[in-house]
Amino acid sequence: MDARTTDAARSVLEAPDIARVLTRIAHEIVERAKGADDVVLLGIPTRGVHLARRLATRLEEITGRAPGQVPVGSLDITMYRDDLRLRPARALARTDIPGDGIDGRLVVLVDDVLFSGRTIRAALDALGDIGRPRAVQLAVLVDRGHRELPIRADYVGKNLPTSLRETVKVQLTEEDGRDSVLLGVRGTAPADGQ
Amino acid sequence: MKRHLISAADLTRDDAVLILDTAEELARIADRPIKKLPTLRGRTVVNLFFEDSTRTRISFEAAAKRLSADVINFSAKGSSVSKGESLKDTALTLEAMGADAVVIRHHDSGAPHRLATSGWIGGSVVNAGDGTHEHPTQALLDAFTMRRHLTSGTGQDLAGRRITIVGDVLHSRVARSNVHLLSTLGAEVTLVAPPTLVPFGVESWPCEVSYDLDAVVGKSDAVMMLRVQRERMHAAFFPTEREYARRYGLDGDRMARMPEHAIVMHPGPMNRGMEITAEVADSDRCTAVEQVANGVSIRMAVLYLLLGGNEPAVAASRTATEESK
Amino acid sequence: MSDTHKTLLRGAKVLGGEPRDVLIEGERIASVGTGIDAGDATVIDATGQILLPGLVDLHTHLREPGREDSETVHTGTRAAAAGGYTAVHAMANTFPVADTAGVVEQVWRLGKESGYCDVQPVGAVTVGLEGKKLAELGAMNDSAAGVRVFSDDGKCVDDAVIMRRALEYVKAFDGVIAQHAQEPRLTEGAQMNEGVVSAELGLGGWPAVAEESIIARDVLLAAHVGSRVHICHLSTAGSVEIVRWAKSKGWNVTAEVTPHHLLLTDELVRSYNPVYKVNPPLRTEADVMALREALADGTIDCVATDHAPHPHEDKDCEWGAAAMGMVGLETALSVVQHTMVDTGLLDWAGVADRMSHRPSAIGRLAGHGRPIAPGEPANLTLLDSAYRGVVNPAGFASRSRNTPYEGRELPGRVTYTFLRGRATVVDGKLA
Repeated sequence: MDARTTDAARSVLEAPDIARVLTRIAHEIVERAKGADDVVLLGIPTRGVHLARRLATRLEEITGRAPGQVPVGSLDITMYRDDLRLRPARALARTDIPGDGIDGRLVVLVDDVLFSGRTIRAALDALGDIGRPRAVQLAVLVDRGHRELPIRADYVGKNLPTSLRETVKVQLTEEDGRDSVLLGVRGTAPADGQ
Repeated sequence: MKRHLISAADLTRDDAVLILDTAEELARIADRPIKKLPTLRGRTVVNLFFEDSTRTRISFEAAAKRLSADVINFSAKGSSVSKGESLKDTALTLEAMGADAVVIRHHDSGAPHRLATSGWIGGSVVNAGDGTHEHPTQALLDAFTMRRHLTSGTGQDLAGRRITIVGDVLHSRVARSNVHLLSTLGAEVTLVAPPTLVPFGVESWPCEVSYDLDAVVGKSDAVMMLRVQRERMHAAFFPTEREYARRYGLDGDRMARMPEHAIVMHPGPMNRGMEITAEVADSDRCTAVEQVANGVSIRMAVLYLLLGGNEPAVAASRTATEESK
Repeated sequence: MSDTHKTLLRGAKVLGGEPRDVLIEGERIASVGTGIDAGDATVIDATGQILLPGLVDLHTHLREPGREDSETVHTGTRAAAAGGYTAVHAMANTFPVADTAGVVEQVWRLGKESGYCDVQPVGAVTVGLEGKKLAELGAMNDSAAGVRVFSDDGKCVDDAVIMRRALEYVKAFDGVIAQHAQEPRLTEGAQMNEGVVSAELGLGGWPAVAEESIIARDVLLAAHVGSRVHICHLSTAGSVEIVRWAKSKGWNVTAEVTPHHLLLTDELVRSYNPVYKVNPPLRTEADVMALREALADGTIDCVATDHAPHPHEDKDCEWGAAAMGMVGLETALSVVQHTMVDTGLLDWAGVADRMSHRPSAIGRLAGHGRPIAPGEPANLTLLDSAYRGVVNPAGFASRSRNTPYEGRELPGRVTYTFLRGRATVVDGKLA
């Protein structure tokens, strides 16, 4: 992330907005999954994991379950990326599948930004090596468009039309000390921002 | 990281921690129904073994296969190599096959270095043990094992841990690699051996040397016993097996004097009754079997970090880049 | 070329001194002076160049017979001439070993036929270099080759009794035993100097004491029996001390050092490049400095190349499989200039002494190592000491390329070499 991008960035979602859309997504999950009894939330590192945890808390509140009752984990997709050879080898993030696994469950993948769809393609491959869910759904905080694969999200916090010159940066308290979604313009840094 | 892994001294502290952290993640794959990752699909890893070592070869082979690399095992015994083909000609053959990495085990110290720097091949070279020089992946799996037992794990180094390495240091590539790596990771290393089995020139190594095992076992977080070949006796390195075992072997009494949390390590294969008694070897403080299992994770990590991108991993980049979505 | 052909070297600095004209007539130096009339002589402008007596090597491996793939007497003597040498001592470790009158005469004859430089064969001390049974030293001395230097070089005469007998036996014909000092048991599996670097690289250590203990024994033996002993390729500071002590006693001990031991250290082995693999091994910086000092003060008598050609495949491999040795004839003078002259340790007269006079004297070689004076044989070397160039083995006259100096800038270039008045090198190129 180029610091200049952040400085010039415009906030499109602030903390209350983020809280509101996460609550909405949680309700939608309960509604579509009919109580969400068999839901497993898998966040894609790094920020998707924090979002998954927040969603889990909300699901527990909505469905009246005790804290920790909604299984939540993380799914690192690095080893499944299709662009590995474009850059130096990358460090891995944690894959942490809840104890009861994902077989026969409804897995909701959670990520912060949906862009090309390649991350989700990789995540689907990774899931296939871990188990066989009943169904897989996708929840994202921001959908900025420009899909390169036939992938769409089931739950979207905010649809954010962007140009390819723009960058979308999600900040979360757990990681960045504050909650916000920033829309910026790509700086002179290499074109590897979001 | 550098393009080749020849010596443990090639690794910075951050490189080493990155490898250990990566191995920690990869170790979790072993618990899955499908233990395979697509990451190195289409890449070719050659195991070039000039010296018999089924254990190490299998470990590298399993690691490469779990990453979906194509594996070619090239054993020099019984091949054209034993008929006088040179390392160079073998290397040129491998290059023609398009080897992305060559894992080399060789009886001559420096052969992997030579392979990496000669211009004979373009791929990465991973040293799987050369003569009495180094065996860096063994040191990495040892450090990995220590880190699991002696620290809180991921992200940690071995700062302040006291590691004692006992035995035939002179002829041990395991000891050389461990001294480099463990000191890079902040551990305090003490070598214990009869003076005949300590290398002349050891004073430049980043470690202490002691001739008295009893003086150091009590303050060791890990005691690593090296294999001592019985043949050394005939070259007058020590008088008898019995005397060696008594002075430098690890038995139940000595193990009892180790701190409660301390572990016993051995790179294998063990000479029970020589450097280690059966009682110690079979105790739950001995990590020898665990070390073997960890070897696959470490070798997966090394192969991934060397071959998993367009160039080797950059240790410092872990928090700096954001990935494309 | 007729016997009366004349060459005038104009303005050469004889032994590095004031410019002089040197007139060569036929095989001899006719006059040395200033403003010599050229007459019908071929004139060579030697202004600013250093004129030295033709260099003499006490230690050359010409490889013939047996290993003609690495060098022959012909290619080796061409390399010698290119390096400014007019005489070389051909070591005995050929196949077959030069341990009979027949083999030494063959080598001697090949040298005569080559014509680039005189070849003085060295005879083996023991049959087959095996250290067990004395070779026919007397027969080799009596042969046309007139052998006076005997050496099992490549192997040490480690048996103290054999060494004693050899030292005594050659007194009958003023011979000398040139010892390759290497205690065999202490160097089993040895690959490089034993020290900090070997400990790190995991290469078998070659302790200094393996050399020093043999030298100590042999100077004592030589003193005991009143014989001459010559120590080949001294490589350690400790060896220097022993030789210095032996000389202080007035014992008849001489010693040589190779150019590479004056310059290179075991740090280079970190590359595992076998071009640095040599016997005795490259030692430490402290050893290098001690050797330079000893050569300067005369403790070490001479520079000897230990020119050891090997075919490409014997070096283009892993360290352990590689052959030991370096070529040296064509770079020796440059290395000596670099390490001894340019550092102020030795002047050009000193170089003449250490690379021509003394080796000739040790080998009892007639007609070489003589003063540059009227009436003397015209064995001469002209050196452009101001030249700086990067060593390129592709240009070597030697059949082998195993030089440790490839790509290294070294000073000095031999422009002319004269063997008994005949130019073997003309303007830096072999005639």
